[in-house]
Amino acid sequence: MRYLPKSPSERRQMLEAIGARSIDELFASIPDALRLKHPLDLPGPLSEAELVQYFRERAAENSLGYSSFLGAGVYNHLRSVVTDTILLRGEFLTSYTPYQAEISQGTLQAIFEFQTLIAELTGQEVANASMWDGSTATTEAVLMAERITRRRRVLVARSLHPEYRQVLATYARNLDLQIDEIGFTPSGQIDLEALSVSINKEIGAVLVQSPNFFGVLEPVPRVAQIARGAEALTIVAIAEAVSLGAVQPPAEADIVALETQSFGMPPSFGGPYAGVLAARETYVRQMPGRLAGQTTDAQGRRGFCLTLATREQHIRRERATSNICTNQALCALAATVHLCLLGKLGLREMAEQNIAKAQFALAELEKLPGVSRVFQGPIFNEFVVQFPRSMRMINAQLLRDKIIGPLPLGPHYPELTKCGLVCVTETTRRQEIERLACAVRETLAVPV
Amino acid sequence: MADKIKKAARHTRHNEGLIFEKSAPGKRGFELPPSDVPAVDMRAALGSDYARRDIEGFPEVSEIEVIRHFTRLSTWNYAIDLGMYPLGSCTMKYNPRVNEHIARFDGLATEHPYQPQQLAQGCLKILFTLQKCLLEITGMDAATLQPAAGAQGELTGLLLIRAHLESRGNPRKKVLVPDSAHGTNPATAVIAGYEVENIRSDARGQIDLERLKNIVNDDVAALMVTNPSTLGTFEPRIAEVADLLHARGAQLYMDGANMNALAGVIQPGRFGVDVMHLNLHKTFSTPHGGGGPGAGPVLVKSHLEPFLPVPVLTEKNGQLALEPVRPKSIGRLRAFGGNFGVLVRALAYTLAYGPGIRQATEDAVLNANYIRRNLEGVFDLPYASPSMHEVVFSDNRQKKNGVNTMDIAKRLIDYGFHPYTTAFPLIVPGAMMIEPTESESKEECDLFIDAMRSIAEEAATQPDLVTTAPHSTRVGRLDEVAAARKPLLRWKSKAASESAG
Repeated sequence: MRYLPKSPSERRQMLEAIGARSIDELFASIPDALRLKHPLDLPGPLSEAELVQYFRERAAENSLGYSSFLGAGVYNHLRSVVTDTILLRGEFLTSYTPYQAEISQGTLQAIFEFQTLIAELTGQEVANASMWDGSTATTEAVLMAERITRRRRVLVARSLHPEYRQVLATYARNLDLQIDEIGFTPSGQIDLEALSVSINKEIGAVLVQSPNFFGVLEPVPRVAQIARGAEALTIVAIAEAVSLGAVQPPAEADIVALETQSFGMPPSFGGPYAGVLAARETYVRQMPGRLAGQTTDAQGRRGFCLTLATREQHIRRERATSNICTNQALCALAATVHLCLLGKLGLREMAEQNIAKAQFALAELEKLPGVSRVFQGPIFNEFVVQFPRSMRMINAQLLRDKIIGPLPLGPHYPELTKCGLVCVTETTRRQEIERLACAVRETLAVPV
Repeated sequence: MADKIKKAARHTRHNEGLIFEKSAPGKRGFELPPSDVPAVDMRAALGSDYARRDIEGFPEVSEIEVIRHFTRLSTWNYAIDLGMYPLGSCTMKYNPRVNEHIARFDGLATEHPYQPQQLAQGCLKILFTLQKCLLEITGMDAATLQPAAGAQGELTGLLLIRAHLESRGNPRKKVLVPDSAHGTNPATAVIAGYEVENIRSDARGQIDLERLKNIVNDDVAALMVTNPSTLGTFEPRIAEVADLLHARGAQLYMDGANMNALAGVIQPGRFGVDVMHLNLHKTFSTPHGGGGPGAGPVLVKSHLEPFLPVPVLTEKNGQLALEPVRPKSIGRLRAFGGNFGVLVRALAYTLAYGPGIRQATEDAVLNANYIRRNLEGVFDLPYASPSMHEVVFSDNRQKKNGVNTMDIAKRLIDYGFHPYTTAFPLIVPGAMMIEPTESESKEECDLFIDAMRSIAEEAATQPDLVTTAPHSTRVGRLDEVAAARKPLLRWKSKAASESAG
């Protein structure tokens, strides 16, 4: 087998050196009755060429050749080949968590740079080394707020991504956390009046997403003001990180949970991506996950190491801030390289193109008879439109034109059954947007 | 001394500052195609309250500077690609390069988790095939591939146990965790809403069955077992442990972190395990990437299947689908299904071996025993029970010269190896936990053995050399106490630091 570096004779020599007659002797501690007596029933073995062939065939069974207008937490953005070139360096790809700082300075300095970039972007003081994804980072932000405030109630905007809310519910169920939802207004933003009525000193945190699930920007400063009135924390989740290139960062928030998939990670059918938490520095000891810090060696040379480990499970065990161990380090490195490439100018330009394309797509769709914009609040690169026909019918027709249409909102919001979420990014060409509008127009022209 | 260091002489010592220190206004490393739609005024489009004025502190550098910066940083890392990485319990094996190639295919990397399922059959087939393989390897009945890492797999497993016990009327209060367990086990139990009771191992470092009989009562929901244990030894009475738990209505959870010792040899489903997780970034070769991403699939016996997290992958008339609603489900653990790109790599690894995966297991166990045999007598072996894929020595002999496990580990760096795991498992003071994996040749094992013997000699004759190691790296041992006392967690521009203070 090509991955195994031993010849049959070397195996024999090693067994001899051990003093074992056969390899089976080394498994003698496993009771014989439990041991497998036959080879596993597995497909393979496959050579490299066969593996490539197998996965090429699977890739061909997916959506190659289709235009897509899906976003909803996973975005298709331009990526540079430089990012992958760096990720594929074995020194980054095949190294472990940087516990041995002297031979992990590359990873550690990159984490330090990641933490800096994320703090700058989100308008926060510190950021950690990464979390599993945006949804779990959001949940961890809520648990962190609970540790800080010692309050067990949370108000969550209903415009938060439905799957993020589901993850929070799964974790909260056994931790005696009470979650109440706050609805949205015709602007598509959190209902501030309802929030003002619901807030009180039992509430530990208010959680909103911006841009929210409908693509609408939330009035974070006003949310934070209301929360602060009851000494509750404000948590802002961000699923579309590119928005930070043009949209005011949530500096008023106490904790930001950011999904960084938009920074150099492909959609990859749901992962891996990297979540990250950013917060005010005073809360850092309640933050979960790894942190890299700057320090010096005995000769005064600058170096980096993992720090504040007494928050973590491998030291604190059942009293840790979280059970997270393995995080998404390589994805965080992708984000770091990607952001360094884009820099200040590139990120802003990318964000501005997203806004321009979304405005163009919205205008094109609004021209169609019976199609209307649902929410009036400011948008980044996604928006909700209502159609005069069912989403099922619209999307079935669009598929015939090789277009993956808007995401139907009915399954998560019964009041929005004829509504779809449209996403366009800098990768969506004008021609594709025009083709979408044209296909929808034709669909609507067919008599029911 | 220099002639004893056969594998590596020194590490690269490029000086390289932070990327922020290279920045100059107006530079960029990436250009976008020109926009093909009319430009819009940002303030008008967003409203002046929402439009961002500046991204402060963001670097402005060119493409070549980015390449050089990260390439230089990379040379400061040790990696499997450079040599043996014997971190016990971490299973640092070769990460096949074809898997990286495959995971980037158009048609896989490009796919959106919400695209219509008739246009995602290729992705779903990959998931389905991987599930079937993992079920065969573990001898379990049903699976979820959703958990993002081992710790989330543990949480999923405990939530499944809780849901099962709840359906019988009482979720119970406690989870038992052996003192040899990974730190994630007790931390996870707390997040699942359980109290943790730590249980002491017996004199052989194994589960104390007699003691367990007195501990397991109606309050105990589950026992979390790592098998082989973190000492690298198989729990010989595991089936009796399972029977004891089941007789009292409790469940057996297996942490599959050490599955690399078992694949193809024994199926955990056959010794009474009710639920377990696998770390695909360990046994199934997906790259650690400096700390992640991983994947922590969970495998269950049929009585736990109704509670699996949504969505559940199902097959009907040759069509695969993700079922979003199941009445008894514990819910969702993360958005969007799972770390698909990691799962693709794990399937590629499994298909490359097929039933031959047993040979990998045998070689891993052979390497560990070969190292054990050659270092026995040089280092103290606190538990004499048979080793499987890893061996745990202690620094007991070297301590009398003032040399501890961390010193020896740091000195290994000078010999061209990554340190073994120190300070774990907790039941071995001064632990030296060595897991070579199957990826090491006899030659590399011999070099490692020579290095360890040589360090033992140095510890006896010139202990200072060892206690001040490493001597070959770009930076020496770092002041971790200062780092924690006054955390400096980000770079700040001169202007920002001055205005702050």
